[in-house]
Amino acid sequence: MEKILVLTHADESGSALTKASLETVTAGLELAARLSAPLTIGIVAADSATAATSLPSTGARLLTVSGEAFAQARYGSDAAAAEALCRAAEATIVLAPGTSRFTRIAAGVAHRLGGFVDTHITALSGAETVEASRWFYRQRIEAVISRTTRPWFLLLDAGTHAAFADAAGTAQVESVAVELPAQRTTVSGFRAPAQDAQTIRPDAKMLFVAGAGWTKKQPDGQTHAAEAGELILGFLHATGASLGSSKSLVDQGGEGNSVLPFLTHLNQIGQTGSTPRHAKGLSTCCHGEEPHVVGWRFIGSRRAISLDPNCGWTRGKADVVYVADAFQVMAKVNALLAAAKG
Amino acid sequence: MANVLHIVVCAGIVPDPLQTLEPVTGPAGPGLKNEMVLPAVLDPWAASALYEAAALAAKNPGSKLWLVSLGPKAKLQQVMMTVAQKVAFELVPVDGPIGGFPDAHATAAVLAETIAAIPGLDRAKLLLFGGWESATRGAGVTLQLVGERLGIGDQFQGVDQITLSDDGSFEVLERVEGGKHQVSVCAGTPAVLGWATGNLAEPRNNPQVGMANMRTIMPALAKAKAAKLEANGLSYVSVALPKQQRETRVVKDLSPDQIAAELVEWIGAE
Repeated sequence: MEKILVLTHADESGSALTKASLETVTAGLELAARLSAPLTIGIVAADSATAATSLPSTGARLLTVSGEAFAQARYGSDAAAAEALCRAAEATIVLAPGTSRFTRIAAGVAHRLGGFVDTHITALSGAETVEASRWFYRQRIEAVISRTTRPWFLLLDAGTHAAFADAAGTAQVESVAVELPAQRTTVSGFRAPAQDAQTIRPDAKMLFVAGAGWTKKQPDGQTHAAEAGELILGFLHATGASLGSSKSLVDQGGEGNSVLPFLTHLNQIGQTGSTPRHAKGLSTCCHGEEPHVVGWRFIGSRRAISLDPNCGWTRGKADVVYVADAFQVMAKVNALLAAAKG
Repeated sequence: MANVLHIVVCAGIVPDPLQTLEPVTGPAGPGLKNEMVLPAVLDPWAASALYEAAALAAKNPGSKLWLVSLGPKAKLQQVMMTVAQKVAFELVPVDGPIGGFPDAHATAAVLAETIAAIPGLDRAKLLLFGGWESATRGAGVTLQLVGERLGIGDQFQGVDQITLSDDGSFEVLERVEGGKHQVSVCAGTPAVLGWATGNLAEPRNNPQVGMANMRTIMPALAKAKAAKLEANGLSYVSVALPKQQRETRVVKDLSPDQIAAELVEWIGAE
């Protein structure tokens, strides 16, 4: 019989589980019910006992690792913590959220336990066995995989399950001791753009994708990068949308051209960028495969504004394509949004 | 004072991103149709790692740079004709299968064994570089497994910047959720760094660097050991192209005002 462990970790508060962790709890509950397998949830946090108060109604065995050393996301301490939890749970299947914190350590921990790992899992299926769906070649080919070897670590992509939510209660937790190796790495904090300049918003309902057309010469023979920047930022400010970009547009900024100064490689979606999950996506001035095929794989409702009525990449990928000048349309959109806000 | 570094970059070769990919299943499992004739390039994020490594080695005289790559010899040779013109390195090739479907653990075992056997490599000075994910399997686990096999306890993924201090310690910026970087300071080598995009543009082709590299690359390819990758219990239930095809409505005859009104209504709808 399989024994399932869900690994979770706290957010920056140190005492509440991340949304991605709670999504993995849901996946663990579903899998345990389907396989009639016992479920254990492991928590890594500075204050795991408080973090566990959101989980008593799961009915799962709760194992915790606590302490200041686990307030920081760091390979040495996190891998030791996850290894200790896995050994205590004696799990055959380990589910974990595909967060930066656990993505950094999952393979190393699997190796220490003689196990195997697969990441970016988007669905779990199978009647009596465990089968996992994931994408290959940057979201171009979808496969369903299985493994006979155990323990099997599966890192779930964010947004693939609903986050577990129930009333907080008193949790019966078992504390697991961790033998920490000497730490040579210190996490000193985070570096981020100022709050009003942050354009990457994973929880936003909408993704706005800017393509290289924004910085190309316009009908008057001139480029209008400053105006493009104002229109894009105005839209982001009005809607709270997240900003994605094609590689070509980001690269222009990196080459020292004065294009859209708020864009960095972190905004990039597609082959060498991210594949974010949002309910809606609006693509503007994109004319390549990257944003429409790879970067948009997990976008629900998709619309595009393009001057090219024959753009082959939008056909079959976007729900609606407006053949129009994005400068003109977005100026009108921003005006309407501003008027609606009064 | 400069630090002497021994930098090993793990980089695979991948189909050119502009190619159309079609999966096929053969006796050895899934693969790509016409895989051996598809134009190939160095894996993009691993290429970032290579360029960052070369810049770091150049700033620290006495440092060495190796490029370890697993793939079919003929394809490696083809890709190296271009890559060799970018930066100076010593190629350590392994003749093995191409593509995203072989098991990452098997790949990591071969790479770790290869790196451990590099003559003159001082593992106390080792910075193990690579892409944080490949453009084939995209799992982001191979480099981590190699590091674990080599006993390296400090690992960083999604790296965009490394800054070395005179005392050998270094600051690393790693991508985390929400468009932020986590800032860490590591006491020194050895360490594993899985690179994201970094900050460097692709170097221009330099024929002189290319000629110097090719003098060692061709003999290395000729001597490349063959590797067989174990399946490790991994099996594929199905491998397919996504079927979802949307019915695209192409709107050509609306004014900007009308389009804007339609978009605002769509944005506001649940």
